[in-house]
Amino acid sequence: MTTDIFEITVLSLKVSLLATGISLFIGLPLGTWLALRKQLRGRGFILSIINTGMALPPVVVGLFVAMMLWRSGPLGSLELIYTPAAIVIAQTIIAAPVVTGLTASALQQLNPRLRLQLMGLGASPIQMVLSLWREARLPLLAALMAGFGSVISEVGASMMVGGNIRHQTRVLTTAIVLETSKGNFQNAIALSILLLILAYMVNLGLTIIQQRGTR
Amino acid sequence: MPETILGMKDLIVRYSDKTVLQVDSLDIQEGEVLAVIGPNGAGKSTLLLVLSGLLHPDLGQVYFRGKSIQQENELAYRRRIALVLQEPLLLHRSVFDNVAAGLKFRGLPRADVRQRTEEWLERLEISHLRDRPAQRLSGGEAQRTSLARAFVIQPELLMLDEPFSALDAPTRARLLQDLHALLSQTSITTIFITHDLDEALLLGDRVAVLLGGILRQVGRPQDVFSAPSDNDVASFVGVETVIPGVVTISQNGQLIVDANGLQLEAVGEFPNGRPVWFCLRPEDITLSISDGGVISSARNRLNGHITRMTPSGPLVRVIVNCGLPIVALITRGSANEMKLTEGQAITASFKATAVHLIPR
Repeated sequence: MTTDIFEITVLSLKVSLLATGISLFIGLPLGTWLALRKQLRGRGFILSIINTGMALPPVVVGLFVAMMLWRSGPLGSLELIYTPAAIVIAQTIIAAPVVTGLTASALQQLNPRLRLQLMGLGASPIQMVLSLWREARLPLLAALMAGFGSVISEVGASMMVGGNIRHQTRVLTTAIVLETSKGNFQNAIALSILLLILAYMVNLGLTIIQQRGTR
Repeated sequence: MPETILGMKDLIVRYSDKTVLQVDSLDIQEGEVLAVIGPNGAGKSTLLLVLSGLLHPDLGQVYFRGKSIQQENELAYRRRIALVLQEPLLLHRSVFDNVAAGLKFRGLPRADVRQRTEEWLERLEISHLRDRPAQRLSGGEAQRTSLARAFVIQPELLMLDEPFSALDAPTRARLLQDLHALLSQTSITTIFITHDLDEALLLGDRVAVLLGGILRQVGRPQDVFSAPSDNDVASFVGVETVIPGVVTISQNGQLIVDANGLQLEAVGEFPNGRPVWFCLRPEDITLSISDGGVISSARNRLNGHITRMTPSGPLVRVIVNCGLPIVALITRGSANEMKLTEGQAITASFKATAVHLIPR
């Protein structure tokens, strides 16, 4: 059991960190683009879709991804169903709207004239965006934490696309469900505590980065 | 002959079909300070955004050293200028990092960045604040940081958008004096936007008046103020007599100003030898036909003759040449009763307290 727990914990962390990383890779530029492109036609509509995406039920995402990845599904040939990669895909779909939406709102809170001021001091578009990210680092790291929080804690998607297969796709949340259904409440509680500690450690790290230099 | 550094031709900016800016032509010469004045909403800030390449005009072109900035590399152009906006808009970093920002954008070597930043912290008297987070500065300190951040770049063209309008009066006066000194020392070509006439007179080699989005008049300050091109400009600038002078006697707040050989009395705190602009509002001038030794509290009595009379609604604008041109605004009734005609001898009088002195 001890080696199992270690394995499950490492997989949970790997899958959720990877999904959060990919979400950041997609969400940070997309959210920035949406925040800065004020004249963009349909911007309000896109933002409303993304904000709705922030509340996507993981089990619905799981169902959708599972249908895509099933052997008979459109992406079945990739043979990803019931693999950790499938969980990463589902979790990315859950976390990306969170990171995108919160990034957009973080940058919209900055003074719109700051952009002009930076350009007026000779910043290139990339330097301007990097400076804005640095200015909004508190809410941007909060966006990252929210993204990670939404995937480390979800169970529906991991269960549907991962299948909770021992030594392969079992993560902390699916293991908790299994142990509870078997009546092993002690194990379930221990895993829950482990999950909480894990979430706390990651968020503690991000909070330290966030609060650095904000004296 | 100074070179034209920035020129514009047939500029038009529209916001949803409404024309907010229209400038047919305006040139800025190397080394000069052009003060752009106008009330709020006159299009001053829009003009500055267009000139800094941050807003594309709907029509027309801006030329920097003869080349259109819309067709050239926009970033390369922006790196030759510096812009200071009304709010200091500092980054959440130290004062040093804020001042160094523009140099870092330009990829200067670290040692150069440090040396130039230290120099400009010193010149704007904020060296003692170098490590302080920018959010913990007073309004005046923040605007000093903002100015240092622009000057440190050593731009070919400096653009300032009402940088002092949010400051309290004493802070503003000190900063204005310091900016005046820095502009004289560095000879940086500057476009200074303001709605404050005193600021325009102090800093501007030339003044451009922008009203309702349209450039109405450009010229030397004394020309614009004493010969407004139309009634709108006249009512905006208010003062119409602007004469360069020098304080010759200063005693207990009472001053004698030598203007064009005339000794005029005024009130103010200026030292002997201080060059000033001697400003008068036309409605403060009293005209009388013969100076028969009437005892009056008006300390300044100047004899001259009427050179021009222009009716303006119920009023008449009378220009009197007393060795220098003085503009008076009187009612049509007074003009008729006194039977005023052009060429007629007349005495113009005004109180020492009616004089507004601005350092130049």
